[in-house]
Order: sequence, then structure tokens, then C-alpha cells
Amino acid sequence: MADSTFPNPAAPIHGALDLTPPALGRRTLLEILHSWIVTVDHKKLGLLYVLYGTFFMLVGGAEAIAIRIQLARPNNHFLSPQVYNRFFTMHGTTMVFLVGMTIIFGFGNYLVPLMIGARDMAFPRLNAFSFWVTAFGGLLLYYSFLGGSGLYGVGNAPDVGWFAYAPLTARAFSPGHATDYWAIALIVTGFGTVGTALNIVATAFCMRCKGMTLMRMPLFVWVMVVDSALTLITITPLTAAQIMLLIDRYLGGHFFDTQAGGSALAWIHFFWIFGHPEVYVLVLPAFAIANEVIPTFSRKAIFGYPAMVAASVGIAFVSLGVWAHHMFTVGMTSASNAFFTLSTMIVGIPTGIKIFNWLATMWGGRIRFTTSMLFLIAFVFQFLIAGLTGIMLSVSPWDWQLHNSYFVIAHFHYVLVGAIITAIFGGMYYWFPKATGRMLDETLGKWHFWLFTIGFHVTFDVMHIPGILGMPRSIYTYEANRGWGTLNMIVSIGGIIQGIAVLIFLWNIIVSLRSGKEAGNDPWDAWTLEWATSSPPPDYNFATEPVVGSRRPLWDLKHPEDPDWKYEA
Amino acid sequence: MLRHWLRKTRYGAQAAVLAALGSGVAFASGPQATPSIFAPASTPAAQINSVAYFVLEITGAIFFVVAGLLTYVLIRYRARDTDDNSEPAQIYGSNQVELAWTVIPVLIVVVLFLTTARMIFAIQDAPKPKSALDVTVVGHQFWWEYRYPDLGIVAANELHVPLSSKDSPKPTFLKLLSADVDHSYWVPQLSGKIDLIPNHPNELWIDPLQPGLYYGQCAQFCGVEHAKMLLRVYVDTPEEFAAWVKNQQQPGVQDPSVAAGRRVFETQACMNCHAVRGTAATGRFGPDLTHLMSRDTIASGVAPNTKENLRQWIKDPDSFKPGSLMPAMQLNDEQLDQLTAYLATLK
Repeated sequence: MADSTFPNPAAPIHGALDLTPPALGRRTLLEILHSWIVTVDHKKLGLLYVLYGTFFMLVGGAEAIAIRIQLARPNNHFLSPQVYNRFFTMHGTTMVFLVGMTIIFGFGNYLVPLMIGARDMAFPRLNAFSFWVTAFGGLLLYYSFLGGSGLYGVGNAPDVGWFAYAPLTARAFSPGHATDYWAIALIVTGFGTVGTALNIVATAFCMRCKGMTLMRMPLFVWVMVVDSALTLITITPLTAAQIMLLIDRYLGGHFFDTQAGGSALAWIHFFWIFGHPEVYVLVLPAFAIANEVIPTFSRKAIFGYPAMVAASVGIAFVSLGVWAHHMFTVGMTSASNAFFTLSTMIVGIPTGIKIFNWLATMWGGRIRFTTSMLFLIAFVFQFLIAGLTGIMLSVSPWDWQLHNSYFVIAHFHYVLVGAIITAIFGGMYYWFPKATGRMLDETLGKWHFWLFTIGFHVTFDVMHIPGILGMPRSIYTYEANRGWGTLNMIVSIGGIIQGIAVLIFLWNIIVSLRSGKEAGNDPWDAWTLEWATSSPPPDYNFATEPVVGSRRPLWDLKHPEDPDWKYEA
Repeated sequence: MLRHWLRKTRYGAQAAVLAALGSGVAFASGPQATPSIFAPASTPAAQINSVAYFVLEITGAIFFVVAGLLTYVLIRYRARDTDDNSEPAQIYGSNQVELAWTVIPVLIVVVLFLTTARMIFAIQDAPKPKSALDVTVVGHQFWWEYRYPDLGIVAANELHVPLSSKDSPKPTFLKLLSADVDHSYWVPQLSGKIDLIPNHPNELWIDPLQPGLYYGQCAQFCGVEHAKMLLRVYVDTPEEFAAWVKNQQQPGVQDPSVAAGRRVFETQACMNCHAVRGTAATGRFGPDLTHLMSRDTIASGVAPNTKENLRQWIKDPDSFKPGSLMPAMQLNDEQLDQLTAYLATLK
């Protein structure tokens, strides 16, 4: 039973809807641009994040296509080894730091205040600062294509892998400034990321509307809080390591300089203490999206809300103790290998709980197969497989075979594309109407979904096999007699299908922005607070502060005869 | 292609079954052009193979159960045109159910972990028998150096090891070092990989049970020519291995008919990086060339070791391996011919 100290939630939410007519008169292009650049509005910044991430998704995607063309045949000469190494380094760095991180924080920025009935983030100016610093970091990274050569010739970019293992990054092995641009760009984007993470935590803890206890926060917000807390912890070792690297390169330090007694292993530890939780930083928002979309289109409340909260916190906590499963081949003791095998397997338990809870949410529902829901169903299916191949990789003896092979590449693309990008697409179809006032076209959406999902499976299902057959990662070409050629050709074809699907998505956005169906405030008949205001929401989100009495305030409003707060413990 | 792969998988399945039955040699694969991890030819690789099949069975079962449930839910609970406008029954959760799907995965993790831990210790802490051969592997950008400390041999790029067998085990224990950046040693049919990290010596052992040539390659990105840092492991019969050792222990052949070529070698910069035992050339940066012609390939497995390829390699290393650290020495045609003739005598 809910406590009865809170008033009936229905009435105040009615007042939340702003009924003042919009200001008339068109603004000039310059005024519009100016308003976006100086904005401190969380919604505009959220959209800027998403736009920025989408732009770099195209850049990173183009790099991926170039990589796949090069690998489609053995001994291909489409890219030189130098260019190939730059492309795979930039592809990884771009997709993780400029695409994944920016899009998820775009979602967080846009949705967290709306979902908790707040008017903005806790620190709007910090929010703007974070975005522009992150954006600047990305430009700095790509400026290395022009400026990274320093005195050593023209055309350069980081070419040490996104993991940048020492001592390859030492000046002896990586002259020029490309590696410096890489290190500095990540420090700079890191500042922005930490700022936003701090902001999201503060917002969720301090800005919730009346009646929204922590255990009534939408799961999306919960997961974003956990995600931001994890970000605060993980970015720090990365920044520290980058600073040490720069000290090595310019101030004569010997942290990672093995020729002067430094430790290559130390870099690997630093990098993965950041790098593994980073995977969870990226995947948790995908869970967050699933936690909203799946209930809405199953027409049921999320199953096991407290368990989902606990599982999110559990995943974040355990994920801090698994980093060395990236290091089973560096020569740790057998006891360390056993420990990290166990800790990695344990992550599977809270993750399994989440999958089961999503299934239970759908169980007994009336599932509507909108494009958004299709993406989230694909997410559950693909995340299941990604999790199972993760279990395989956690078995350290097997990892001695699979580590750094294409099996691993397939596994983590299953997570990054099959789970994260897929969920993000689903989230975009879900919240696009809220952000723009227009529906995305469902027919184009279905084309997008099916082409993308088919392309994904053609690419990444098949990609496991060359790894099993001995093909290592990061190679610009391979021997013709190894039997990897046909498989790689199929993988490349799937990549192109996915590329076409993304272009259809962009076309859908353009078409729908111009002539999409009017969305209305609540096109999906959903239950969280963002659907209580207009689409797009006004600058101040809610005219009066909403008051909620349960996890699904709009359910209570729509079903006064059977409100949630009667049942929530 | 697929058929080829499936056939290999069947080998693996047999191995798993045999291993599960605890029978002796659970693998019979000889060397293959496609170095599949499911075609083990050495004990550590076979042990990994058996644990891999065990894990595959468990994860496969989980997959079918969960994916089956998902499919069932999607079909059974899809929205239908005949539905009325009401919402389905709202169910908020169940502690018993949550407990059930927490406990079952915990049990699975326990089983998986214990199986894995046993295998970690079995492979990694395997005792080294007295009959073992020691080889030190040094990773370089972008080639492999092999030193046999007990035999006084220094070789490059092609590792020769003796055949092992159940009755007279002759495993090879590799000590792995790096001269520059991180590399990783991976010959899938013989064992898992382990990295070569500067200031951090590692160990790996193999006991190949079928003679022949096993392929692998560097598995840790190490710079521009990481892709062409190929591994070739020759598993020799005892007689072949003894003959190979005997030849490798000899100093370089001194053939007066190629003195001109040797002069090129010793007066140009070649000897700064390369060694030919018994001569003034003692360079250490590049592969030891004392028995260059005993190798089948040059440039770390990139090209067959023919006279034409050797000449082209010296003339323009980038034509085989763009970015390789061997410089083009700008020799004229006559010098190239002389030098190639000299190198061709280093049997």
C-alpha cells in the first residue's frame, strides 16, 4: 500500500500541461543558430548531443565500411597498412567516445529532467560547458588528420589502436603528434563526460518533483544515475593514464616507457580499469531505454522494479572488478586468472535477471510491434547472445584462444551494435515524437529495422567464425590460403546492408521532420511524466510542478479506478 | 568452406567426447592451412577444446531456453485485432520468481567456474618434465627471434620443435620476451596465446603430437606491419629435429666463390642489424642469417624464400611489407646479385 500522505496525483499533472499559445513570428536563421549555441536548456543540449553523436556515427561508419572493403578479400590493396591502422584506431575511438558516450548522455540530458518532473538539470551552465567541451574534444581528435603529422610528413592520425597499448605509444615507436592528439582529445572529452555525469546524479537526487521518492523514479532515471556514477569512477583512471602517457612523451617520465624500466602492464591495467566499466557505461542506457519501451508496448508495468534497480546497481558494482578479463593473455598468475573468470561470470547473474524481467514484462501483455518495440525485441535477443559469448570469453583458458581474435570483435560488436545501437534506434523512434512533435514514419522505420537487423546478423554472426579459425584482430590483410576469405566477404556485405539501413533512417528523420504525422502529447499512451507535457515540451517543461503518487503517474491519471499507488509497496 | 569448417568441428566434437570419457589422446588433427581452435594437435589446445565444448553446451542450452521463451511470448502475447481497448492485467513482480531466476544462474556459474578453474591450473601450472626443450622467443617489430639456450642455436621466424608423444613426452617450453612493443604468440592448433611484453617474461608450453607445419600469427597489435608477423611452427620427427639442430649449430658457410657478396654484406650496413656466425657480422636488430637458406620463407613468413624474392626483398622491402623496419639500402644491380648469391650459400 502506498502511503496516503500524498494527494491524489491526477489533478496537479493536469496543471503541468502548458496551454499558453506559442509565440508568433519567425526567427531568422542567425537567431536560431544563436539560440542553440548559447542555450543552457537540457532539451536543446540533449538534442545537440544526439546530433553530434549521429554525425560521428556516420564518420565512424564510413571508416568501418572502408575497413570492411579492405578485408573483403585477402591481400587487398584498397587501404595501405598505415591508413588501415589509422582507420581502425579512429573507428574505435570515435564510436566509443564520440558516438556512444554522446548519444547516451543526449538521452539522459533530454529525458531525466522530464521524467522526474523538473524544469532543467541541476547545473544548466555546467551542462552547456560539458557539451561544448566534449564537442571540442571530438574536433581535436579529427584535427589530427591535418595536424597530427607534426614535422614528420603529411596525413596522420592516431594509429595505435583505441586501446593504445604501451610502449607502442612511446615516442620511440609513435613519433609525430597523432598520439598526443588522441591522448589530449580523450582528456578533454573526459572533462565533459564527468561534468554531465555529475549533473545527472545531482539532478536525479535533488530535482525530483513532489511525491517522487527514489523508489518511484522511472527505471530509465535509475539506470542513468547508476550509469553516471559509474562514469565518474571510470573516466578518472583513463584521464590519469593519459596524463602519465603525456608525461612520458614530453617530460621524460618512465611510467610506461619499458626501455627505461617502465611497465607496459601498468598501462593495460589502467586502460581496462577504465575500459571494462566503460562497456557498462555504454550498455546501461540501452537497458534504460528497454525499461521504458518494453513496458509501454507490452501494455504492462515493468516486472520486478526493485529487482531491476538492484540488478543495475549490482552490474555497476561487479563491473568494477572484472577488468583483467581483458588480460588473461598478459601472463597473470593462475589464481588471478581464476579470480577474474569468476567475477566476470558473476556479472551474468544480474544481467540474466534483467533479461528475465523483460520477458516477464512482455508475458501476459498485448505486445504492439511498433518500430521502436521491434528494435527493443531485437535488442533483447542480441543482448542474450552477446551475454552468452561473453560467458565463453570469461572462461580464461578458452579466452587464451579467442582473445584478440575476430570472435572477440564479433562479441563486442554484438554488445555495441546489437544491443546498444539497436536500443538507441528503438529509443529514437520512441522519443522522436516527444522531441519534435512529429512521428517518425513507420513504413520507413520497418525498412530501417529489417535491413539493419538482417545486415547486423549477416555481419556479426558470421564474424565469430574467422576468429575461431585463427584470424586475429587489427590486421590490415591476411594470407589467401587461411580459408578466411569467403567469410570476410560475407561480413563486408552485411556491413554495407547496415550502412543502407542507416541512410534510410536519416531519410526517415528528414522526411518526418518536414511532413511527419502530428504526434500529440502522448502518442504511445505511455505512463511516465515526459508524456504529460506538450511535444516538443516548452522551455520550462512543466507549467506547474507535477505531483506523483506512483511509478506510473500517467497510468494513475488514465485509470483512476485502478491506480498503481494502491499496489506499490 | 562451411563444410570444411563443419568437418573440423566434428573433429572437435569427437575430442570433447573423448576428453569427457577421460580417454588418453583426445585429438588426432594434423596441421591445417586454416588454423582452427577446434582442431587441436597439442595437449593444452585439446584441453581448451574440451572445456570450450562443455561451455558451448551450457550456453547453447541457455540460449535455446531463453530465445524459446522470447519467441513464445512474442507469438502468444502479441496484440490482436480482436482485442478490446482494455489494458491487460498489470503484474508488478514476484519475489519467488525473482529468486528462482537468480538462484539458477548462480548454480550455473558455480559449475562453469569450477570446471574452468580446474583447467586454468591444469594448463598454466603444468609441471615441466626433464625431457622438455627450452626455447626463448623474442618478439620484434615485425619478426620472431628464437633462441635455444641449451643447444646454442639462434634462429628466426620459423620455430622447429620436436614431436612429442604419449610414451616419450617431449614438450617445448617457450619463454616469451619482447625487444620493443607488445606482441602475442598464437598458434591456435597448438595452444592458446600469450603476450610478449617488455620487462614481463611469459611462458607457454606445447607438446605437438602430429608432425608438420602449424600456422599462426601475432595477435597483439604491434605497429604498422602487425598483420605480416606470421608464425610458422615446424614439428619435426626426432630424426628431422636432430638433423636440423646439427645444421643450425654450424657456423655460417664460408664459400670463397661468393666473397664479393660477402664484402657487400660486411661493408654496407647489412651487418649492423644482421649476424652471420663465424664472420664479422654480429648485428642483433634483425634476424640472424647464419642459416638463412634453411628457412622456407623470408620476412616472417610473408614470401617464399627464393632467390628472386630475396633479391627483391633486399632491393625494396616495402614491396613485400610496407613499413617494415628493414631499410632499402639503395644497392645497384651488381651488388644485389652478389649479395643474393652470398646469402644463397648460407644453408
